[in-house]
Amino acid sequence: MCLGIPGKIIEITSTENKLARVDVAGVKRQINIACIVDDDHPPESCVGDWVLVHVGFAMVRINEEEATRTLELLRKMGEMQDEIKAMQKSEEDNS
Amino acid sequence: MKYVDEFRDPEQARKWLEKISALAKLAQAGKDRPLHIMEVCGGHTHTIFRYGIKQMLPQEIELVHGPGCPVCVLPMGRVDDCVALAEHPEVILTTFGDAMRVPGSQKSLHQAKAEGADVRMVYSPTDALSIARKHPDKEVVFFALGFETTMPSTALTVLQAEEEGIGNFSLFCNHITIIPTIKAILDSPDLQLDGFLGPGHVSMIIGQHPYSFIAKQYKKPLVISGFEPLDILQSIWMILSQLKEHRHEIENQYGRIVQSEGNHNALSAIEKVFEVREFFEWRGLGSIEHSGVRVREGYARYDAERKFSIPNLKIADPKSCQCGEVLRGTLKPKDCKVFGTTCKPETPLGALMVSTEGACAAYYSYGQIDSNQIIS
Amino acid sequence: MNSRVGKASITLAHGSGGKAMRDLIENVIVKSFDNPALTPLEDQARFDLKELTCRGDRLAFTTDSYVVDPLFFPGGDIGTLSVNGTINDLAMGGAVPLYLSCGFILEEGLPIETLRQVTESMKQEAEKSQVSIVTGDTKVVPRGAADKMFVNTAGIGVIPKEVDIASTRAKPGDLVILNGFIGDHGAAILIARGDLSLESSVESDCQSLSRLVQAMLKVCPDIHCLRDATRGGVATVLNEFAQSSGVCIKMDETKIPIRDEVRGVCEILGLDPLYLANEGILLAIVPRDCAEQVVETMRFLPEGQNSMIIGEVVEAPAKRVVMKTSFGGERIVDMMVGEQLPRIC
Repeated sequence: MCLGIPGKIIEITSTENKLARVDVAGVKRQINIACIVDDDHPPESCVGDWVLVHVGFAMVRINEEEATRTLELLRKMGEMQDEIKAMQKSEEDNS
Repeated sequence: MKYVDEFRDPEQARKWLEKISALAKLAQAGKDRPLHIMEVCGGHTHTIFRYGIKQMLPQEIELVHGPGCPVCVLPMGRVDDCVALAEHPEVILTTFGDAMRVPGSQKSLHQAKAEGADVRMVYSPTDALSIARKHPDKEVVFFALGFETTMPSTALTVLQAEEEGIGNFSLFCNHITIIPTIKAILDSPDLQLDGFLGPGHVSMIIGQHPYSFIAKQYKKPLVISGFEPLDILQSIWMILSQLKEHRHEIENQYGRIVQSEGNHNALSAIEKVFEVREFFEWRGLGSIEHSGVRVREGYARYDAERKFSIPNLKIADPKSCQCGEVLRGTLKPKDCKVFGTTCKPETPLGALMVSTEGACAAYYSYGQIDSNQIIS
Repeated sequence: MNSRVGKASITLAHGSGGKAMRDLIENVIVKSFDNPALTPLEDQARFDLKELTCRGDRLAFTTDSYVVDPLFFPGGDIGTLSVNGTINDLAMGGAVPLYLSCGFILEEGLPIETLRQVTESMKQEAEKSQVSIVTGDTKVVPRGAADKMFVNTAGIGVIPKEVDIASTRAKPGDLVILNGFIGDHGAAILIARGDLSLESSVESDCQSLSRLVQAMLKVCPDIHCLRDATRGGVATVLNEFAQSSGVCIKMDETKIPIRDEVRGVCEILGLDPLYLANEGILLAIVPRDCAEQVVETMRFLPEGQNSMIIGEVVEAPAKRVVMKTSFGGERIVDMMVGEQLPRIC
């Protein structure tokens, strides 16, 4: 359910109607950004933001820090596996 | 593609699968059946089949494909109503592509279009509103469907129509909510589920808290998961960790998108335009309390159900279908009596064969590869 | 593109058989296609059998109708499509394409300039592949009875003696070759229709594959299977091969070239590029020992510069296409049900 794809806001086309142009892998389209703007984030400040696009709406601003954290975790866990294997191997070698 | 490709790395996948295999053995120990993990969301089902994740998982884990395909669970009667709307001569019926082929009791929107109804596929409800702007002499109805993820977009489109004073636009509202449905599944007597992959994009709207009853009351783990294949592997690993440690918590793997409190702007748009229905009918699952929304009285002029007379007939699901059992996870798609015989993607009988996101259609098209037959 | 709309339009008189029709044919159509077989304007084209028999021992004959909407799109138009499509259908049998026919069904009100642009495209594409448009027909139908214009082309070509290409000939051990980026045409048309309000610079890959096939046959006369991946895309053609030959085709997702923008369109609309239409993409199944050489030869030509071996033929599971996914898993790639529709879920 609910196809969503990351895209980058490249232009605000209407501050009043909260419309922006988004770029997804070089494909561009006008989207509505009402869900991601508030007093702290007025439309003008959205250019350059990465957002999740669903049916022509930016649903959330993508949290860069969290994305990096998840990726680091993904990598670290993978490496841990290697360490475990190395440990197991050295135990086998020693026995 | 940023935020996409890095979550599809096969090298990482290999490492995670090893971890999952080791952990699955520990988590499943003492059980006489594999661990049943339900992915609630059709998007997850799609990723699982698209990347062949099902075949990569160890035998201790069995994925159960849940009800999260809004197109699949649309009851026939509602499709009939939509076709009836489309056949009004003054109506332009606009819809997401998914809904075009869903069979009603007589025909689909696709067939209605072939017979002369003005049915147009759109990418966004805002495109439907543009059509209304362009054709002031026509009534533009948007076939609004989807879970909480899609509700804000249709709600905001109605608010936009109101602001511009566009009177020839309305919704045929079939939005549904996921929480009551998960509850209905958990309440089924023959339940055999050990944990849930939570729907990532619904959660970006509603947040993390609405799921807490699953952990507290039903003592099942749920991990809100992203849609890329590594997201899913990591989430499965998180569920297994909980199971192994006899924990049952709501965890969030999809932190880059989902905040625990959800999206305020989206929720307030939903709240403004929609109200909960007492009951909503689901194909394959029957009537579920509070599982759908409709347009509030204050926005009645944007509600196609109030604006037009529609047949509103209840059509029973075909008797031979066992969709309900598949949805609850008690039956595998291929074990259904009609799977692949009278029920196929080109002639779907049951809900789950309708869209490629449906569990049965996914099974059928992406196939169950018999691993013995494959020479690699 | 239709800047001269209103200047002169097709009317029912242009299809009446009278002077208006003759003027149209002579000033627009024959003027573009000008060649010795066509110019006499007889009811049929005539050509010397010797011209044909010296090139091979079998005729290839094919027809296709073109109803694309919009008529003009990035990378081509209905004219380029109708010439290259039929040339490619001939080429996929190993034939050297020689002659085309051309039938127009025009909707009343179509700007004559539009027809002129289309015939000009047809002429250029035919020349590129050294093919002559030798006979034709024009009909005009009342407004609403057709959508702007439909084109039918039929084609004749000659198959050289040693060539034996058939979808039944894939054998375990053979390798599968693809000549370039997939899905460009399908994505370009989806965007050009405009109702999805997407913008991109993707262009249709519409092109003749005749020269490429001739080059391939030179280094490997024993090509087993060959087909262009038009409607239904790469997935459909591979399924046809697997089913007709009773074999399994195993493909490797990481080997299949897709442009970023086509991927973008697919991610946004929830489409699978394996099923998107192409108009200049072919799939070949060749014996393992000549595959490398075929690919090298293909890469010398612009229409083959991104050629790749994308998979192999194995025995089981028979009549199936199995893809090793970019993520390391495996899945069945089935035939498509109906047309691919944009989805939200």
